[in-house]
Amino acid sequence: MEKDQNNILEEVTQGDYKYGFYTDIEMDTAPMGLNEDTVRFISAKKNEPEWLLQYRLDAYHKWLGMTEPTWAHLHHPPINYQEIIYYAAPKRKKELTSLDEVDPELVATFNKLGISLEEQKRLSGVAVDAVIDSVSVKTTFSETLEKQGIIFCSFSEAVQKVPDLVKQYLGTVVPSDDNYFAALNSAVFSDGSFCYIPKGVRCPIELSTYFRINAANTGQFERTLIIGDENSYVSYMEGCTAPMRDENQLHAAIVEIIALKEAEVKYSTVQNWYPGNKKGEGGIYNFVTKRGICKGNNSKISWTQVETGSAITWKYPSVVLMGDHSVGEFYSVAVTNNYQQADTGSKMIHLGKNTKSTIISKGISAGHSSNSYRGLVKMTKRAENSRNFSQCDSLLLGDKCGAHTFPYIKTENKTSIVEHEATTSKISDDQLFYCNQRGISTESAIGLIVNGYAREVLKQLPMEFAVEAQKLLSISLEGSVG
Amino acid sequence: MDGTIVANYNIKDTLLGLWDDNSARICMNDSARIKELRKESIRIFAQKGFPNTKQEKWRNTDLSKMLNHPYNFPLEPDLENVDLNEVFRCDVPGFETYMVAQYNGWFIDRGNQLKQAAEGVIVCSLAEAFVKYPRLIEDAFGKYAPVADNSLTALNTAFARDGVFIYVPDNTDVAETVQMVNLINATDGVFLQTRNLVVIGQNSVLRLVQCDDSIDDHIGFINSVTEVVLADNARLDHYKLQNKNDRSALINNIYFHVGAGANLSTNAISLNGGLIRNEANVTLNGRGGHADILGVYLMDRNQHIDNQVFVDHAQPDCTSNELFKGILDDHASGVFNGHILVRPDAQRTNAYQNNKNILISDKAVIDTKPFLEIYADDVKCSHGATVGQLDSEAMFYLRSRGISMENARMLLMYAFAAEIVNKISIPQLQLRIDDLVKKRLRGELSVCDQCVLHCNAKEQKVAFEIDMSKI
Repeated sequence: MEKDQNNILEEVTQGDYKYGFYTDIEMDTAPMGLNEDTVRFISAKKNEPEWLLQYRLDAYHKWLGMTEPTWAHLHHPPINYQEIIYYAAPKRKKELTSLDEVDPELVATFNKLGISLEEQKRLSGVAVDAVIDSVSVKTTFSETLEKQGIIFCSFSEAVQKVPDLVKQYLGTVVPSDDNYFAALNSAVFSDGSFCYIPKGVRCPIELSTYFRINAANTGQFERTLIIGDENSYVSYMEGCTAPMRDENQLHAAIVEIIALKEAEVKYSTVQNWYPGNKKGEGGIYNFVTKRGICKGNNSKISWTQVETGSAITWKYPSVVLMGDHSVGEFYSVAVTNNYQQADTGSKMIHLGKNTKSTIISKGISAGHSSNSYRGLVKMTKRAENSRNFSQCDSLLLGDKCGAHTFPYIKTENKTSIVEHEATTSKISDDQLFYCNQRGISTESAIGLIVNGYAREVLKQLPMEFAVEAQKLLSISLEGSVG
Repeated sequence: MDGTIVANYNIKDTLLGLWDDNSARICMNDSARIKELRKESIRIFAQKGFPNTKQEKWRNTDLSKMLNHPYNFPLEPDLENVDLNEVFRCDVPGFETYMVAQYNGWFIDRGNQLKQAAEGVIVCSLAEAFVKYPRLIEDAFGKYAPVADNSLTALNTAFARDGVFIYVPDNTDVAETVQMVNLINATDGVFLQTRNLVVIGQNSVLRLVQCDDSIDDHIGFINSVTEVVLADNARLDHYKLQNKNDRSALINNIYFHVGAGANLSTNAISLNGGLIRNEANVTLNGRGGHADILGVYLMDRNQHIDNQVFVDHAQPDCTSNELFKGILDDHASGVFNGHILVRPDAQRTNAYQNNKNILISDKAVIDTKPFLEIYADDVKCSHGATVGQLDSEAMFYLRSRGISMENARMLLMYAFAAEIVNKISIPQLQLRIDDLVKKRLRGELSVCDQCVLHCNAKEQKVAFEIDMSKI
């Protein structure tokens, strides 16, 4: 029985990376390595205004004075920042106005990923801002959105079109010297998405960006800025895949969310970048800084993430609850297999009165992987009557993996309530036996249990993503049992 | 004063200088291994110095203020001017214990003996044990308190001269509860390195109460290390009572080494103290070992309490259970850092951890970090932490029955702390501590009301408006 289960475990957990293909598109790249010229090159390439160049250079100089953090529960060979190409853009022949003009190979890539632009455009009503190697290729539905005054475009486009908005908000949530990787990103960010929802507008469709890391040896440094003006609502989705490559690719993104008075921003992401092969070679190094600020009263920011990819994940989506009565949420499923390592969690900083936050984190580890939850809940003196509930559970599948929890709780006032609970366990034999007894095979039973385990988070995802996320979970873990 | 140096400059350099001048005397009775260990320890301390807030484990506990004081470093006991009988005259009513007295960390031989001393039980001064029982010391001293990662333990190991040594041979139940009372009379501001060693043989049972008290309100710094070895199937009930003045610092490092089938229960009750840091390190080193690590802390004014618990599940089939509860008032600050490590192959481990806190004032701060590190899969581990206030519904229930706000608060706080107090398995001690907790909550327990000692001549009349015992 146990042997069978191990076989199943191996078969399923060793399934090959489905999205490992490489699109042959002519690239426009920066020379390898990082120096002031690289920063100037990127800025010039994007025809950026002087203040943005200065912002980048300033960040670059700050970065030079910083050291790579080592506190995370992660082990990887040192990253050589001079062996990375910091800019890669598909060469664009002309401005595109319709989907038909998009490079057919690109369209094929998206089709393989199962996010056919046509399909999406026609059926699902999702506007996709597809990004390949940092440059936004095609934005759909922008016209529909424009009517409402919603700006949804690539970051570089926004710099040209609405420089004042970008200047006003860029770096206000994640300052350029926030941390080592944030400084790196601030210096060399290539592109990303920009989203602005005007006052009182409820975005009628779910906005979505699909990221792919494509060219070899290119770090991906995208920068996303989402601004929800007063009384607005938006649901924003981001999905990520990368082709199979042997070298470790570096990814250091920044996502900034600003929610003004009574605004609500919902951010969902599914990340299934290449996790490396079964021996732990290759894969993406993912060092991401994501932070939102509930600036106005009664605002709300919600993060939902499904992390199944990347060799290394270092990511702590956070919410600064500044406005009174604001709400922060974090829902996460992190799956690690083989030699993957994840150190992820959330930070909730309560500054305003009557603020509320919820953290639900589900970690699943298999193989030789290591999966850590690291979080901070901070109730400052002013945050009276605030409330936090955190739950972080870990599921262990296999006896070679590790699951760790590092929750930090700091409370400085007497009226707030903080609750944290966590469990670590394996799928119990009782549960398996119960399913087996009812004619459900061990493999399906595990799929069932894992999906049930992650359900609380998956149900937070928009429908299109929930389906994909469930598939990803099954691919990664069905049949694994310790 | 022989062997005493007043530090009015860098305390680390002073200590290192003190070592250079006195190492021969300190190592006088050491075996080759211990001599080497001390040298290694002072090297580590020289390299690392005192912990600071940049270190993850010390982020929330700042020693710098306490270290910035010209301390004395007594290397020999100074008992000339003290009337020991006066200091230790008090007894605990109805509580039969064998009291071992320590004065400023030095073991005091009061000539009393274990009443029902079983064959082979040794309770004596550590310094004496170095001379009289070199083999027992050689087998245990410094073997369970690793110096590599903890500069304070290293400092202690280098300078350790005296403390209490307890040895219980195999198959022995020490019927009497052993009570260690460490009184600090710090007229000059002493910096002490107290060292205790407790060895419990196979199938043996020991009940140990460890009290730390001050008898005045002078500044003092105690860096205490206790090594406890539980051989297979041994049992230890351990209670730590802390009632110290607001200007004292107490670093309490305890290393429990729990053998197969052994059962450890340790309970830290902190009622007062300027800066207290309890580090309980528990290694479950044999199949079927079990550890209960409990604690309650009631802090107010500017007091600071830091509980660090590290449970190392090194072998399969062990269980551990942690519960710490605290009430913080005024400007008090509290830290809880629980760390459970389940090593690879420590299968079928059950480990639970819980930390509950109540903040009474807006100036009080609590930092809690329940932390799990798990490398085996067949485990059941959970941890939880809560920070909150008294239950408003319960409060309403009591108020609606005509109980005043003040009393209702008192009742609820008492009930909160009682969960730990009720777990004390020695009935007289439980009653006594229960009483102390009540007094403490009413703000009527001063440092002079020595923990279990009842030293204060004029016993304060406590008028309880409600009879707590009937609830």
